[in-house]
Amino acid sequence: MAEKVLMKGNEAIAEAAIRAGCRHYFGYPITPQTEVAAYMAKRMPKIGGTFLQAESEISAINMVYGVAGTGKRVMTSSSSPGISLKQEGISYIAGADLPALIVNVQRGGPGLGGIQPSQSDYFQSTKGGGHGDYRMIVLTPESVQEMADMTALAFELAEKYRMPAMLLADGTMGQMMEPVELPEESNDTVEKPWAVTGTEGKREHNIINSLYLKPEELEQKNIERYERYKLIEETEARYESFMMDDAEYCVVAFGIAARVAKNAVVAARKEGVKVGMIRPITVWPFPKAPIAEAADKVRAFISVELSMGQMIEDIRLASECKKPVYLCNRVGGMIPSPEEVYAKIMEVKGGSK
Amino acid sequence: MAVVFQKPKALTDAPLHYCPGCTHGIIHRLVAEAIDTLGVEGKTIGVAPVGCSVMAYDYFSCDMVEAAHGRAPAVATGLKRAFPENVIFTYQGDGDLASIGMAETVHAAARNENITVIFVNNAIYGMTGGQMAPTSLPGQVTQTSPYGRDVTTAGYPIRVSEMLCTLDGPEYIERVAVNSVKNVKAAGKAILKAFRNQVEGKGFSLIEVVSTCPTNWGMTPNDALKWVDENMIPYYPLGVYKDKSAQKEEK
Amino acid sequence: MTTQILLAGFGGQGILFAGKFLAYKGLLEGRQLSWLPSYGPEMRGGTANCSVILSDDPVGSPIVSSPDILVAMNLPSLDKYEDAVVPGGMIIVDSTLIERKVKRDDVKVFYIPATQMAQDMDAPTLANMIITGKLMKESGMRTDNIEDSLKKVVSAKRANLLEVNLKAINNGIEYKD
Repeated sequence: MAEKVLMKGNEAIAEAAIRAGCRHYFGYPITPQTEVAAYMAKRMPKIGGTFLQAESEISAINMVYGVAGTGKRVMTSSSSPGISLKQEGISYIAGADLPALIVNVQRGGPGLGGIQPSQSDYFQSTKGGGHGDYRMIVLTPESVQEMADMTALAFELAEKYRMPAMLLADGTMGQMMEPVELPEESNDTVEKPWAVTGTEGKREHNIINSLYLKPEELEQKNIERYERYKLIEETEARYESFMMDDAEYCVVAFGIAARVAKNAVVAARKEGVKVGMIRPITVWPFPKAPIAEAADKVRAFISVELSMGQMIEDIRLASECKKPVYLCNRVGGMIPSPEEVYAKIMEVKGGSK
Repeated sequence: MAVVFQKPKALTDAPLHYCPGCTHGIIHRLVAEAIDTLGVEGKTIGVAPVGCSVMAYDYFSCDMVEAAHGRAPAVATGLKRAFPENVIFTYQGDGDLASIGMAETVHAAARNENITVIFVNNAIYGMTGGQMAPTSLPGQVTQTSPYGRDVTTAGYPIRVSEMLCTLDGPEYIERVAVNSVKNVKAAGKAILKAFRNQVEGKGFSLIEVVSTCPTNWGMTPNDALKWVDENMIPYYPLGVYKDKSAQKEEK
Repeated sequence: MTTQILLAGFGGQGILFAGKFLAYKGLLEGRQLSWLPSYGPEMRGGTANCSVILSDDPVGSPIVSSPDILVAMNLPSLDKYEDAVVPGGMIIVDSTLIERKVKRDDVKVFYIPATQMAQDMDAPTLANMIITGKLMKESGMRTDNIEDSLKKVVSAKRANLLEVNLKAINNGIEYKD
């Protein structure tokens, strides 16, 4: 086992990306993710990679689009307002079927919002964000270790399915330090006959494109893409099930909210309350199956979120509204305390007898 | 029988969709000839814009990437950083390069990104049906300046070559036109130089090509060519605006 | 066992650095831990605080809202967090900068003039490490790995600062009321 080192979540992402063979990073400064860029700025020139501080988030994501077209591993990182600016490029990347990693270390919104942690970009990440029919694989780390591991995983999934993948973290995950065992060196193994590399006179020219002026053709492209998405929904939904075996109440939370909620679940268990937690690790694809299964067993769900209740809609859909879904949330950069979540569990228990 | 004239290899057989009298075809050809002359088609990757030349990716036989509106220099930057040994060019119109993509243009130039930019300035948005462009002349009637471009409300046209040449970054900036045989020949030379600069690792080269849009200008192709001489070139004088290597040699 | 520590003071007092030192110390001891800074738009001044959790079990929430140990290096921090400390917990106060006494009587309280002591040893920026020494002593932390832990947080370029940091911590450990 490799030695554990102490690292900030943002730095762990950067180091993990380098170890995953990513040699191209484009970004624009924004709190609270700037350490990713700072780390890349330090390391990339020493390993023959590219660090480029772009003139805007829009330019950064389009530089990503350019590298993605060549088939090389490439990433950008930002925080909520910057991610809004990147939506144009993300839509093009999805429309041209290119792999790329986008990191969102979320802060409170809307607008300029604040700089404290948030999960209020859930809709943006899982329901579209940019224009058109497309999806993005969205991974939600809950520890510095997962920040590192999921960076490598995001590259793999993006390449496997030729689509953008997002690491959806928050200010806490980015700023906190925890011991982390950095992943082994890896690189892509997927053949990319579609990439623009120069024809060398040996093949027909490749075109990276999302423009289809014939509606029949564009319709077909979208249908094909959704077949791929269906496969991903069936095979790539990831989650952690915590104390769910005999649970009568099910907390659903991801990222920092899951860390907080776990404390509350443990505390409530000590009081004899049969409560468990499902932690979505991918929020697209959303882990529908375990939620559906829980819906037949538990009395109620409690969605713990750092938003006004965005994931709660997916819980209701996955559970087909068989059981009530309560919301326990703080927003604007506030984080619920374990005591608040505990109180909510007790309140729901009292109310649903 | 000796072949005295043929289509450049760097162009595909796809029929161009441009309007009759449009000079995009000439400029495509000049770009393709430059690629042929340098023998770099196999390692060239072009970036097409949004605008009339949006489907340039079907016309050039090298690898091509279609960029979002205005983002071609950013996309080209990504490509060049991934493949520094390849030849990367963008082909952009005035709305794309000088309006929505101005930031990308200026910063790619400031970084002296080693790419070649072909900037087609015909003073109008062609594809969307003739709206005012950042380079539309004062008083020019377009769909969105129906009483003529009023500089008090719509501002003044932007002279891209003059503006970029104030930057320390770019290697080469030249404005050419394609409205006469003489000008076409000069344009071909400039475009070739812009590609050669890249091959020689010199840096950002932009050729502004003053072009026509007979359809949206509401003119016959011949009148459009004349209009370039009488109205465009006086506002957008032709010539070399920056040539860093030549300046160094002089010193 | 889990110890939740909240270090709080002005930006520029080295709050985050002291927290990092404790975190690395935990890492060397093979413990589970988390270090979470508050972060704001200002680089200097303003308030800074830092949550450090050291545990034998995986750390749940990294946010310390009910500290076992509060280190208060300015008055606003004591005012803000005094009531949050768990009953039976500990509050360590920099008595140079905080004139008032702790109001709670259900917590252990230690006063140490860390800022004055730092000035006296001609190292005015090391009040953070003096107070950390006090924290280590009163909470019964291991003291055999101080130097190794310091080496993790003092960059190689500033190795000359190692000794004075070490001295500051020891002054804090040895301080008697």
